[in-house]
Amino acid sequence: MPLFITLAFRNFFHDRLRFIATVIGIVFSIVLVTVQMGLYLGFGRTVTTMIDHVSADLWIMPHGTKCFEDPSLLDASKRNRALSINGVAAAIPVVIGFADWRLPNGGTTPVFIIGSDLRSGGLLPWDLVEGRIEALSIPRAVAVDRSYFDRLGISGMGATAEIRQHLVRVTAVTNGIRSFTTTPYVFMDINRARAHTGVAADKASYFLIRLSPGADRNHVRGQLLSYISNVDILTPAEFAERSRIFWLFGTGAGAALFAGALLGVIVGTVIVAQTLYSSTKEHINEFATLRAIGSSREYIYKVIVCQAIFSAIIGFFFAALIGAVIVELTAATALPIIMTPGLIVGLFLLTVIMCVASAIAAIVQVIRIDPATVFTR
Amino acid sequence: MTEPVVEAVNVAKVLGSGAAQVAALKGVSLALKGGELTLLMGPSGSGKTTLLSILGCILTPTEGTVLIRGHATDSADPEGLALLRREHIGFVFQSFHLFPTLSAADNVRLALDVRGEPARSAKARSREALAKVGLSHKTSAFPRELSGGEQQRVAIARAIVGNPSIILADEPTAALDGENGQAIMTILAGIAKEQGRGVLIVTHDPRLLPFADRVVHIEDGLIVSEKRGGARRQ
Repeated sequence: MPLFITLAFRNFFHDRLRFIATVIGIVFSIVLVTVQMGLYLGFGRTVTTMIDHVSADLWIMPHGTKCFEDPSLLDASKRNRALSINGVAAAIPVVIGFADWRLPNGGTTPVFIIGSDLRSGGLLPWDLVEGRIEALSIPRAVAVDRSYFDRLGISGMGATAEIRQHLVRVTAVTNGIRSFTTTPYVFMDINRARAHTGVAADKASYFLIRLSPGADRNHVRGQLLSYISNVDILTPAEFAERSRIFWLFGTGAGAALFAGALLGVIVGTVIVAQTLYSSTKEHINEFATLRAIGSSREYIYKVIVCQAIFSAIIGFFFAALIGAVIVELTAATALPIIMTPGLIVGLFLLTVIMCVASAIAAIVQVIRIDPATVFTR
Repeated sequence: MTEPVVEAVNVAKVLGSGAAQVAALKGVSLALKGGELTLLMGPSGSGKTTLLSILGCILTPTEGTVLIRGHATDSADPEGLALLRREHIGFVFQSFHLFPTLSAADNVRLALDVRGEPARSAKARSREALAKVGLSHKTSAFPRELSGGEQQRVAIARAIVGNPSIILADEPTAALDGENGQAIMTILAGIAKEQGRGVLIVTHDPRLLPFADRVVHIEDGLIVSEKRGGARRQ
């Protein structure tokens, strides 16, 4: 092993207090960045939950729809136009909208209603833990997530409540279908959804298009666009991306998360830069000696950068451990922090870059070393 | 007659600037040859260490030329001067300047590591260098575990391990007691005689005179006398 690595390692561990301060700084910084970026990923994933769980080849929506929760409506006549296109096997209407759920104590709480044609299997609840999808065809039947029982003032299967003065009964319970807005989702048959949301019988929020076997999606989309006016027709991936962009950047939520991450990087860089600078200052006589015995500047830079990389590796190790605990703790919440392999690699690279960039102040100091000082110290 | 390894020709050096300007050297010429131990003596502030720094390519002269093996160093930039130090010059300092976090062997190996020598051969050569200064039993010791004399011997091993043409030593015995000082001088004299290297020692200490092949006196930035002979045969 080249000696500059040993020297960097020993310099780094030589002052325990500085070592601990450096690691704490990096851990604080990287955990902050992890939380912010994990929230960003979690938020991005949560806002597209409904879109991701629908089996459809294309979504037809009112022109300019920004996200899944957009209240704009389509004329039901457009469904027939869609069905007339060669290659379209099904055009399943979906109705969404907000409504008030009356609590047993007389108060109300807002809910987000999702109504779909139960026979066609459009946008139906998933991850059922009690009851069956078919049970939603029973009059007044709804499905809710068990994490919202308290919020809805119910105790479970069979509980009743009122939406817009219409009685509803819980006949199916899901697990983990949570909304980032914290407004509970309530699944039901499309006709009852219309009644509960006030959407007219000749209107729908979306038409989910399923293609006939062998049909070309782009070709069918072109046909649909030429035949149906004033609509957007997107693939699930495109709609998910549009929703994500709206919620993350249209609302400023993404910018706030990135700002938090940036703050973490700045704090980390300043702390590491400060500790590397003071470490270099403490060892300045050694660096001057190195220079006097003929070392190139590059060799000294390698020692400092190596110290920075040691800081990065050790700091990242502890930050990753803490990050994993946070991910585990938030897994069951409405807005889980998501950690992906790509994010882990990205965070490690960010840590290394941050620490190496922090070495610049120390390197500038070393550039000014006069080797002649070895005769005066 | 052997050619000089390092030579200063009519070298002047002004230190500081403005009102604090000092002419540390005022036109000094000195040639150092292989196999010869030269003592550079003079009072404090006479320019001894400045001359040593210039001969060692650590400082550049304000006027005059320094030649390393006949080649002028005038045009060398700081990296070029570092390369010359790496290839031709070994240093021994009054306060040793060992790395406290490295073992004796690693302190010596550092001089080879900066030259880019592979670790395996560098380790072997470091052990040999430590053996030459009588420290083969202390290779794993850290500087804090060594006496002053032993630390200076490690510093000498570091200076010679890269096979430099010349060793420049600044008050190498000043921090040592008489016995250790004599031991260090014996080693440095041996390096000159047995290994054929040039050795220049800056000192105040008249007890070192018996080891010298040549004694140069400098005062107020000028060489005022030069005497030959007197070296104790090894």
